[in-house]
Amino acid sequence: MSVATESPAPRNYEVVPKTSPEGSELDGELLEVAMGPQHPSTHGVFRMDVVLDGETVVKLKPVFGYLHRNHEKIAENTSYLGSMPYTDRLDYFCSLTNNWAYALAVEKLAGLQVPERAEFIRVITAELTRLQNHTSVCGFLLQDMGALGTPLMYAFREREKILDLFESLTGARMMCNYMRFGGCRCDLPPGWLDRVRKIVGDFPQFLDSYEALLNTNEILLARTQGVGRLPRELAISAGVTGPMLRACGVDYDIRKVDHYGIYDRFEFRIPLGEQGDVYDRYMIRLLEIRESLKILQQALKEVPGGPIIDPKAKLRSFRPKVGEAYGRIEGPKGELGFYLISDGSPNPYRYRVRPPSLINLTILEDMCLGQSVADAVVTLGSVDIVLGEVDR
Amino acid sequence: MEQIDQIFVHLKHGVVAFLPEGLQPLVSILISVTAIVLVFPLLFALTTVLERKGLGRIQNRPGPNRVGLPRLPTLFPWLPKLRLAGFGQFAADGIKSLTKEDIVPREADRVVHFLAPFVLLVPVLLAFSVLPVGRNMAALDLRETGLLFFFAAGAATELSVFMAGWSSHNKYSLLGAMRAIAQMISYEIPLILSSLTVVMMAGSLSLVTIVERQSGVNFGFLHGWHVFTPWGFAGFWLFLIAACAEANRTPFDLPEAESELVAGYFTEYSGFKFALFFLGEYLGLFAISGLGITLFLGGWLSPFTFLNWMPSWFWFFFKLFLMIAFFIWLRGTLPRLRLDQLMNFAWKFLLPMTLINLVVAALWHFTNSWNPALRWLLGAILLTFSYWILGRGFEAKFRPRTYRYAS
Repeated sequence: MSVATESPAPRNYEVVPKTSPEGSELDGELLEVAMGPQHPSTHGVFRMDVVLDGETVVKLKPVFGYLHRNHEKIAENTSYLGSMPYTDRLDYFCSLTNNWAYALAVEKLAGLQVPERAEFIRVITAELTRLQNHTSVCGFLLQDMGALGTPLMYAFREREKILDLFESLTGARMMCNYMRFGGCRCDLPPGWLDRVRKIVGDFPQFLDSYEALLNTNEILLARTQGVGRLPRELAISAGVTGPMLRACGVDYDIRKVDHYGIYDRFEFRIPLGEQGDVYDRYMIRLLEIRESLKILQQALKEVPGGPIIDPKAKLRSFRPKVGEAYGRIEGPKGELGFYLISDGSPNPYRYRVRPPSLINLTILEDMCLGQSVADAVVTLGSVDIVLGEVDR
Repeated sequence: MEQIDQIFVHLKHGVVAFLPEGLQPLVSILISVTAIVLVFPLLFALTTVLERKGLGRIQNRPGPNRVGLPRLPTLFPWLPKLRLAGFGQFAADGIKSLTKEDIVPREADRVVHFLAPFVLLVPVLLAFSVLPVGRNMAALDLRETGLLFFFAAGAATELSVFMAGWSSHNKYSLLGAMRAIAQMISYEIPLILSSLTVVMMAGSLSLVTIVERQSGVNFGFLHGWHVFTPWGFAGFWLFLIAACAEANRTPFDLPEAESELVAGYFTEYSGFKFALFFLGEYLGLFAISGLGITLFLGGWLSPFTFLNWMPSWFWFFFKLFLMIAFFIWLRGTLPRLRLDQLMNFAWKFLLPMTLINLVVAALWHFTNSWNPALRWLLGAILLTFSYWILGRGFEAKFRPRTYRYAS
């Protein structure tokens, strides 16, 4: 990463009412619209306070917190394991990656080793999660663009198959609660890997038809190219991660940077965008799906036998030694991190989530200024937020 | 066969003949009005179900398939359970919208808010009166002004849209109304200009005459629809695009863009007023599709001479359903344009194309004595060339990209 890190120019947040040169009162007023929290395309209870000049966005204030549920404080008053099911509810689209990030942080804190088989299962479930998240997000983006559900429904068809897999593995479709400190909760059901192989084998065919329908559609190109552009320097200084950062052309993927789990054993590439606009974000996600499929195919070949949980790991009266740890993974939305401080008691002294959705959302105004409301909606769709994680 | 073709005309004449002389014109008008007011809203009811089912098919889901006839076991215990493949849905929807609370925002201009749906519905219904839906089946044959009347009535709907948007006292409504006005006025011009070619060739504004002019026979079996000529073909597609925008259908559904403006200008309407807007929108779609059929697709004429035995009204409604199916297909496939792109498209592409099409139509008219193949070639070359020249700017701006991978 060799990028000039000059800070972006400070922006004037004051809205100056527009008047004509003569100062006549006939000239247009600005229109302030509160889009959300009840709005069809703010992806939940999120509010964009936009100030419009005609249709052009002059000012945009993202307002969140409507779904705040004290996640961190509750976790500090529960045992370590007790907040594992609660992490499912952060980014409820990708519960398995949330589990993994939390488990990783606790494993660092307690010095647990994860058995080989559990690592493979973690990689497989995490990449399946990425698969279903990215396909759905592309569908939602098209929905925001007005494509009335068709891409979304097909994305959901594929997601459904993956959710069925999760259900037979963990017992729940979305709130999986599957990872444990030092491994996983239960072993794979018989024949599960074959089902994964079949779905992974069929997925490229679906992707091809999906891309054939959408990628060369003139309206899609016109609506996304040059829209919601995010400058590289701003993305880095704002701490943006995940596909949004890579769409700006920054080569930063924690799977490659940290080599957490067993990601260094697999061969996959990191697609990089050029312009950092909505089209790049959309395409980067589609390309990442193909890379995830590669990882899955490699992982499925060599799942070893053995235990699925570190025998040293205690489920009851789990008290890690005094210290602190930060565990992070490359979630589908970006860097998902958990920071824990232990004071030797059964509860964490401090429990902090680094939510990628929230941090990616902070630069929403910079991407939307000077563009139309329609563009602001599409830009928000391309950020890929889940309000459960933004508000916590 | 002749009888079946003219069955509705004979029925009307039969009923009218029973009445005293003085009442006859009045009753004749009333019967025509009733027919329009009954048939097209019923068609709307059918279309809503068809559209939802069609969209469902496109989107890999069943669509409405539950509601059939209500069974009412206490009243009719012997009645079997009829599901009708979901075609009872419109009745359920109608009852629902009738019984829903009618909410008027506190700050709304109550009178205008109340009037807006009716101001939409009335002109749309008026527009149907000049459409010939079958042989001798135009309610009103305005010899001198038929098409003009249609466009005048159609343009009045814009008033309603702005009334709704303004009176609701809602920002989304206002934005939607502003979009709607801009869009409808911009697309009215290509719509009228593309119809003008037909008027030039037919030499009449009467829709009945325009249909009759298309009854010539090509190659011994094909009717001489305008769409089978180069200017007619181009004109039909230009008309269709403009009609799509006039009827607020995807990809030009900006005034009611759900993902941006919630529901656009009728955000603040609920209950039956909302249903009236919905009805008005669909009737507008039928009217404009009917006009397209009349102008370019031979109205109530059959495509082939050997199918002439089928009733003329069947052909009109068959074509209407095809047009509706086309619009449903578009809706299930395409994303929405942005306002500035919509305007660019209207003023920089559609308008020049319609003007060139006028020239091509004039050429077609004056090269009447030429070899038909040569005429066709000339028209086709002129249109393709201008299409290519005008469309180039759009293509060059947006292209799929290739991506690099981190080393």
